[in-house]
Amino acid sequence: MNLTLFIWRQKGRDTKGSLEQYEAKDISTEMSFLEMLDEVNEQLIKNNQEPIAFDHDCREGICGMCSQVINGVPHGPQQRTTVCQLHMRHFKDGDSIYIEPWRARAFPVIKDLITDRSSMDSIIQAGGYISVHTGGVPDANAVLISKENADTAMDASECIGCGACVAACPNGSAMLFTAAKITHLASLPQGQIEAARRVCIMTEAMLQNGFGNCSNHYECQAACPKGIRVSFIAKLNREFMKAHLKDSV
Amino acid sequence: MLLDGKCPSGPLSEKWERHRQNLKLVNPANKRKYTILVVGTGLAGASAAATLGELGYNVEAFCYQDSPRRGHSIAAQGGINAAKNYPNDGDSIFRLFYDTIKGGDFRAREANVYRLAMLSNNIIDQCVAQGVPFARDYAGYLDNRSFGGAQVSRTFYARGQTGQQLLLGAYAALMRQVKAGTVRLHPRSEMLDVVIIDGEAKGITVRDMVTGHVGSYAGDAVCLCTGGYANVFYLSTNAMGSNVTAAYRAYKKGAFFANPCYTQIHPTCIPVSGEHQSKLTLMSESLRNDGRVWVPKMNGDKRTPNEIPHAERDYFLERKYPGFGNLAPRDIASRSAKEVCDEGRGTGSSGFGVYLDFEDAIKRLGESVIRERYGNLFEMYDRITGEDAYKQPMRIYPAPHYTMGGLWVDYNLQSNVPGLFVLGEANFSDHGANRLGASALMQGLADGYFVIPYTIAGYLAQAVPGRVTAAHPAFIKSIEDVNSLTKKLLSINGKKTVNDFHRELGRIMWEHVGMARSEEGLKRALKLIPELRSEFWQNVKVPGSSENLNQELEKAGRVADFLEFGELMARDALNREESCGGHFRVEHQMPDGEAKRDDKNYCYVAAWEFKGLNYEPDMHKEPLTFENVALAVRSYK
Amino acid sequence: MAVTGQILVLFIIIHMIGNSAIYSGGLNAYADRLHSLPLLVWIFRLVMLTMFSLHIVFGIGLYLENRKAKPDEYAIRKDMRATFASKNMVWTGLLTGVFLVYHLLHFTIQIIHPESAALSNSDASGLPDVSGMVVQSFQDAGVSAVYVFAVTALFLHLSHGIQSSFQSTGISSERTLPVIIKTGAITALVLFLGYVSIPVLIYIGLVKG
Repeated sequence: MNLTLFIWRQKGRDTKGSLEQYEAKDISTEMSFLEMLDEVNEQLIKNNQEPIAFDHDCREGICGMCSQVINGVPHGPQQRTTVCQLHMRHFKDGDSIYIEPWRARAFPVIKDLITDRSSMDSIIQAGGYISVHTGGVPDANAVLISKENADTAMDASECIGCGACVAACPNGSAMLFTAAKITHLASLPQGQIEAARRVCIMTEAMLQNGFGNCSNHYECQAACPKGIRVSFIAKLNREFMKAHLKDSV
Repeated sequence: MLLDGKCPSGPLSEKWERHRQNLKLVNPANKRKYTILVVGTGLAGASAAATLGELGYNVEAFCYQDSPRRGHSIAAQGGINAAKNYPNDGDSIFRLFYDTIKGGDFRAREANVYRLAMLSNNIIDQCVAQGVPFARDYAGYLDNRSFGGAQVSRTFYARGQTGQQLLLGAYAALMRQVKAGTVRLHPRSEMLDVVIIDGEAKGITVRDMVTGHVGSYAGDAVCLCTGGYANVFYLSTNAMGSNVTAAYRAYKKGAFFANPCYTQIHPTCIPVSGEHQSKLTLMSESLRNDGRVWVPKMNGDKRTPNEIPHAERDYFLERKYPGFGNLAPRDIASRSAKEVCDEGRGTGSSGFGVYLDFEDAIKRLGESVIRERYGNLFEMYDRITGEDAYKQPMRIYPAPHYTMGGLWVDYNLQSNVPGLFVLGEANFSDHGANRLGASALMQGLADGYFVIPYTIAGYLAQAVPGRVTAAHPAFIKSIEDVNSLTKKLLSINGKKTVNDFHRELGRIMWEHVGMARSEEGLKRALKLIPELRSEFWQNVKVPGSSENLNQELEKAGRVADFLEFGELMARDALNREESCGGHFRVEHQMPDGEAKRDDKNYCYVAAWEFKGLNYEPDMHKEPLTFENVALAVRSYK
Repeated sequence: MAVTGQILVLFIIIHMIGNSAIYSGGLNAYADRLHSLPLLVWIFRLVMLTMFSLHIVFGIGLYLENRKAKPDEYAIRKDMRATFASKNMVWTGLLTGVFLVYHLLHFTIQIIHPESAALSNSDASGLPDVSGMVVQSFQDAGVSAVYVFAVTALFLHLSHGIQSSFQSTGISSERTLPVIIKTGAITALVLFLGYVSIPVLIYIGLVKG
């Protein structure tokens, strides 16, 4: 099939970008979306043009590197799918496809479709961990964890840190990302000791890094390739209130 | 030269403890004066950087991804082994050790593997304390499963995302150290050279992948945790960015490369759909528990699978290996699939695929049971192929998955170059000629959390901290070398893209240095690879400049290294006149097609020393001695 | 934001129940009873003023912060869960705020339509004729239109705001969120119908005070 692509091109961090039009010809329905872009790039190189820069790595939907807004939806039209797992059979011959980078103040564009997402690492650095030293820990079965809590922790911990939630959020908020980590750790006895401190410094770090606030549009959940749920945001809010109530008592 | 692995003496179970007692310590007050450069932030790199930072060393951590949370360890699905014996089914450290040694076809060091088995238990404790959400039973205890044909249930898992969860644990520990100020992070940075001063590794040269700036970092020791080289085959289950560059450039600076021919091919991957294919996706091997593998009996049978009657199907694994049937070991299953496809009986549009059929299992157990067991895998298969595996058989084909070979290291994980340590998949040490399922995660974390913190002290204690700075002429020379290589790549401006060359190299490697290798094929590869390489240097087209983000340039550098490394792999495979584990030489097989090991002549590690591109590398042997296990012949009949 | 919002919703509910006295003809008596407790009324007014002010200040602050966090929009944007209401909270809120001033000037301070002011007109039993004031005002198409428009803005604001406040205060959970979303929307609708019915029914002549 043949497609018309409108792709965001931007030379660098401080330059202005624009949507450029490209024709993708003879695209197989078997291709993944990124393979389609590979093909376009091969043609661009052969025609002495600069290929389109885009982030990608594992191409099996787990590393969280790929990050494109396709026709207005982060990771494209298929639910719970990363761009790398999206296949061309979901498009039709003659389609126009708009491909843009993640957009948020906290994710400045580096080049074309590549953004700087180190702000998410900063949130984790603030407190997204259990402060345990290597070695000197109790036996793994010494502290029992109910299956229910372990499952909730796992549900939350499936986050791949791609940033689609931020890209989808009209407020550029990283609330779902932060809430997933808060929920993961607060669901485990090991993580509860630091829970109050953690929720305060992580939400603070979120705002410090230029992310917006949550106003409950729930776009994040719809865009999340791993199905991380907004109920974790309620959990974060609960933990936050608990921390402040405890503080003031 | 005979290499010495520096394994400590004494009884197997006491070696590590004794060795730890004998290792020197670095004074706590002095630790921050030592700078350690950790390259790669997968399981090995992240755990090493976090632990070394926590000990007080000054750590610089580098990765090519935009965040240290994305190393390809993240893609491991199955689980992580440990000898906890929680299920009380007879597991022990010795049994895990023995299974690993045997699984590696007796081509690994006893002392290393025993240490690995011992540390496996600490890893689980550590990860649980970090908050890794391993699966649990209703009583709240950790759950275990049997994996990859093991006779005991020793695999800990976190849904189908164990690698991800372990990596996120290590990443969290690393982030904690970044905040504490002991680790400095350098994401989107690619290591392009090791700097060696007076025979010791004292720094690295790195390209900032965003600005294009090439700079050097001086340190007191370098840890390479840069993963495996399966992408030499172009198509593999590795991430697109996985590469051999760091390890290979260390090799070119004098580090020995050990057993490069040991590569693991995984039997249950989704087949190639066409020329455009950029990578292969693995599906859990557990599918073979209920699926039956077959191809049509007739050559070039174009009927759809459901139209082919049972009598005209060849269930070749069940036919050839009635004892194990569809559960035959990875290498056997992979090789058999390739054989039937080479005969022209392969399925799918490319002809490179075999059916994995669940029809009988669905009839026997009902669709709901199959859905419960493999629902997520069927969904993934559907997502990629657009086919419903409940209604028609899956198509699978083997794909390169893991590489057991790597830079040679001694018991301390130190290469032959003092100060250069190699961890995880990047080293050669623990898996021998083949790796057991759920053991890669174990090794990466053992190296990073529990081995390197001790052994690196042994080296650092006798080194003067901060002896060299990046102003040393060796660094300036290294930067010049890297820059001139970049310049050369950009100046060729030929007709073929980097991918064209990589794909071509992959074809040669798969055909001649893949699952079944012959003297003739290997010699052919040794002729074809240098030809392709010289064409690359005349005809490759790398667009753009070196002064900003240039993904083609990054790829070009990596493929240039693969084009040299492929030759080393073929040479090692040609030298090893035996079949063992992931290395199968068609000249050396039992009458039934089983691998035929030659313990008399090849029970050694082959470590290669670079002698210049136009010269054959020297081979150094490290003889392998087995004092605690008897070398047995594997049979799956 | 959420807490002030929830308090304001409570007020809106009570206010509607009070207003419905117009249908039973008890509005004047209700108003009179309220005014017989001046201390309570003034405390109440102060609390409401504080809540409104906080709600507005927080709301505008939030809007500005969020706009700053998303400086560039997509060329094409497809909403999956976001709604017109959720994306226009600041505008529907501000409209409601402006209306509130009008509403106070109209019915509390009574300087907008002085001809019908309850302060200067009494009903049969000698009470200030609030009911008459309301009926007379809403017989004017312009006044009714203003109220219908404002109550629509309030409806949009609440249709997102109610459930949102439960989520932001962490009261919702995986299980309850869908119920809360639905209940929030229904509550907003009921309030809308309650409030809109007064000008509409008066205007079309079904309620004559």
